[in-house]
This record gives sequence, structure tokens and C-alpha cells, in this order.
Amino acid sequence: MPSTLVIGGGPAGLAAAWAAVQTGDTVTLLDDNPALGGQIWRGEIPSRYRRFLDPRVTVRTGVQIHSAAQLPSADRIILATGTRERFLPFPGWTLPHVLGAGGLQAMVKSGLPIAGKRVVVAGSGPLLLAVAAYLRKRGAKVLLVAEQAPYARVAAFTRSLWRQPGKLLQAAQLGLGLRYRTDSWPLRAAPGSVTLQGHGVLPCDYLACGFGLVTNTELPELLGCKVESGAVITDSKQRTTVPHIYFAGAGSVDRSILEGQIAGFDLERARALYPARDAAVRFDRLLDETFQLRSELNTLATPETIICRCEDVPFSAVWQQRDWRSAKLQTRCGMGPCQGRICGPALEHLCGWPAASVRPPIFPTRLENLLDLRE
Amino acid sequence: MIAVLINGRRIDVEPGTTVAAAVMRLQAGFRRSVTGELRGPLCGMGICMECRVTLNGRPHERSCQLLCAPGMEISTDA
Repeated sequence: MPSTLVIGGGPAGLAAAWAAVQTGDTVTLLDDNPALGGQIWRGEIPSRYRRFLDPRVTVRTGVQIHSAAQLPSADRIILATGTRERFLPFPGWTLPHVLGAGGLQAMVKSGLPIAGKRVVVAGSGPLLLAVAAYLRKRGAKVLLVAEQAPYARVAAFTRSLWRQPGKLLQAAQLGLGLRYRTDSWPLRAAPGSVTLQGHGVLPCDYLACGFGLVTNTELPELLGCKVESGAVITDSKQRTTVPHIYFAGAGSVDRSILEGQIAGFDLERARALYPARDAAVRFDRLLDETFQLRSELNTLATPETIICRCEDVPFSAVWQQRDWRSAKLQTRCGMGPCQGRICGPALEHLCGWPAASVRPPIFPTRLENLLDLRE
Repeated sequence: MIAVLINGRRIDVEPGTTVAAAVMRLQAGFRRSVTGELRGPLCGMGICMECRVTLNGRPHERSCQLLCAPGMEISTDA
């Protein structure tokens, strides 16, 4: 039997594993997290997608991949490594009450009580509304959702949703009763508060803040897949530029599930899903245009603002560097345990530097693990 | 309920609670940064490394990716 290895157990990875099993493959799925479902579901997989948890799939959770040598051999690899939030530095963004928007949601889903806490959700994109709605359901006092995008863009986007009633309903349900404000973003945070553009100081227990999503391209890049402007290059069947390696799942849940199935299925069944996938990709492009980050966000960091949280490198040390490489060599920016995963996407925005290349191990690891690999 | 020790203090948490969430129930900050700033979790998904702790004597464990287990000893001084 041909074998398929799936990396990542979010919507795309689960859909891919399920589809691959339907074609008769032996399937192994690896995930870094303690439970399946990725960041969006986190173990709470909606009932209509439970079929993806096929008992024929061998699942291993809590597995961190550092290098290619660690991967079990397979005839086909489907990478579904997902996305992470983009964070933009502003004074106070390193304080302990400032978390990612998805970050705070993940914490609450994994046992942090939020009832009665005052939360400001800020940044950009539809995730803010989803997070705010979730936190409110769990009893948080969501004081405000501050969206940096201009009112005109968000309004035009909302009007365009009339053509997709399902999505409009979803948006309306999420937004119901939330205080949503466009043209607003965090200027600075202080212990117990945040100052927002156009709004002033708002005392809060948590600031949940994210500026859109960035694809986790580290593992695809390590395996030699071509990556351009932060996206893994794929063909219509989700094949990357490396033979037998597929990539699925960037963007919305709907799109991720379709891409996962297309990657996992045989060509005939995959083709039937192309039109739906292409429509989902077009919708994501519309989202990208709507929630494009405004240039004012690049002026929030002061010379003292820390850019690299691992090595505490201030903006003043970074801005005179020519590029990423020189920033790394001269300032240690991006050289800490997160390996530039947080400051990289920020600097891409602040300084226009494309992401640096990756090399193994793509996550910090113990020497004993490296010795085990016997490379 | 699962009992764990965080910086010597006992806390009982529901099964399925991550070490990071357990720490946040007790205190605002986790580790100190290289210049001594108090930090807490940012990404909640194992990428930013801000929530790393010493777990049963093993330093630099990502607390957001680990579930609490009975008797775990956690030190936020990682």
C-alpha cells in the first residue's frame, strides 16, 4: 500500500489524512500540539467534520519536527503546517497582559478563566471578530474590537458579502452586540491599559492583538519547496515544487479543508473540488485587500521599542541595518529561541526585508535529539 | 482535578489544562527576558517561546504545548 505522511493536524491536515485514507493509502499524521484540530479547533472539532478523524489514520500528537531526517519515510508528504499571527511592535507590546488575538483564545481554550475580565481585541482581520465573539461567550467583557482597516474598505467588503449569504450570516452572528471600531489601532500599552488611535486610554486586563496571518513556511522551505512572498508555491493539485510533497491550508477553514482534500484525494476526486477551492482562494484575496495593513502601523515602534523579544533588540539597533542577515550578525535580532518567527514578519513590514532562509533545526532542540537523528 | 506545583505553590486544574494556562491562573508573568523584563505567553501555539518554563527540572519547555499531569513541578524561571 502506498504511504502518506501528513504534517499538521488542523483542518487542512485532518482533511488531507481522511482523503488519503479514502484512496487506500496508509496514513500517518504528526502534530506538534497536545490535541488535534489545529489552532482554530483545538480539540473541539465541529461535528460535521468529525468524519475526518478516521481510525485508520495513525496519529501522533506532541511531535516537534526539527529537521527532515526526523521524518518517517513515505511515498507522499502532505504539509499542513498552518499559519501564525503577525505581530507588529508598539510601545508596551511585550507586557504580560498583551497577547495575540488567537493567542488569548488558545489560552482560554486550554484552561485560562476569562469570565469577568476586561478585554480589548485589536489589530486586523476577521479573526478579531471570531476571537471577540468566543471570549464574550466565555464571559469576558469585550470592551472594544479595534480594526485598523479604514471604514470605507470594511463597509465595501461587508456589502460584497450579500453575494455570499452564508458568510454574511457568519459575520453578522460574530459581530452581534460587539463594539467594533474601524480606523483604530493600539498606539501603546501600559500595565493594565491600552491607548488606541481615535479612542484614547482604555483600562483592560488583556489586550488581544494580531495583525493578520503569516503562513508557517519553515518546514516546506527546509524540504526545498519554493516559497514566494510568504506563500508556498503549489499547482492546482496542491503539489509543491518538490516531487511527492504537497502543501495545504493557508487562510480560511473552508479553504484549508478543500486544499487538504485536494492534496489527499486521487486526481479525479480532487478535480471535482477545484472550483470550490478556487472560489475560497478568491475570497481570501478579497480579505487580504480589505485588511491590508496601513502604513501608519510602521511608525508605532519608538527607538526604544523592543523588536526581537528573544534577544531584546530595540528598534534603534535594527533600523540602520541593511538587511536581515546584517541585523542578525550585528544585533542578534532573530537569533533567539523563536528563530525570527515573531520579529521576522514584523520587520518584513517595518523595514521591507524579505524573510531569511531557514536551516535545521527549525526549532531549538536538545543535543540529545540531534544525536538521535544520526544525520 | 489535577494538582501541580508552580513555583512551589499548589494549584488544582481541570484535565486538559495546559501548563501555560495553569501558570496564568496564578500569576501575571512567566520568564524574565534577557534584559530582565517580565514576559508572558504571546502566541499560545508553541512558536514565540515566551512561555517557556522549567518542567520537572527540564529547562526551556514550551508551557503552552504541554498538558498538566499529576505532580508536575513547574518553575517559571526558565
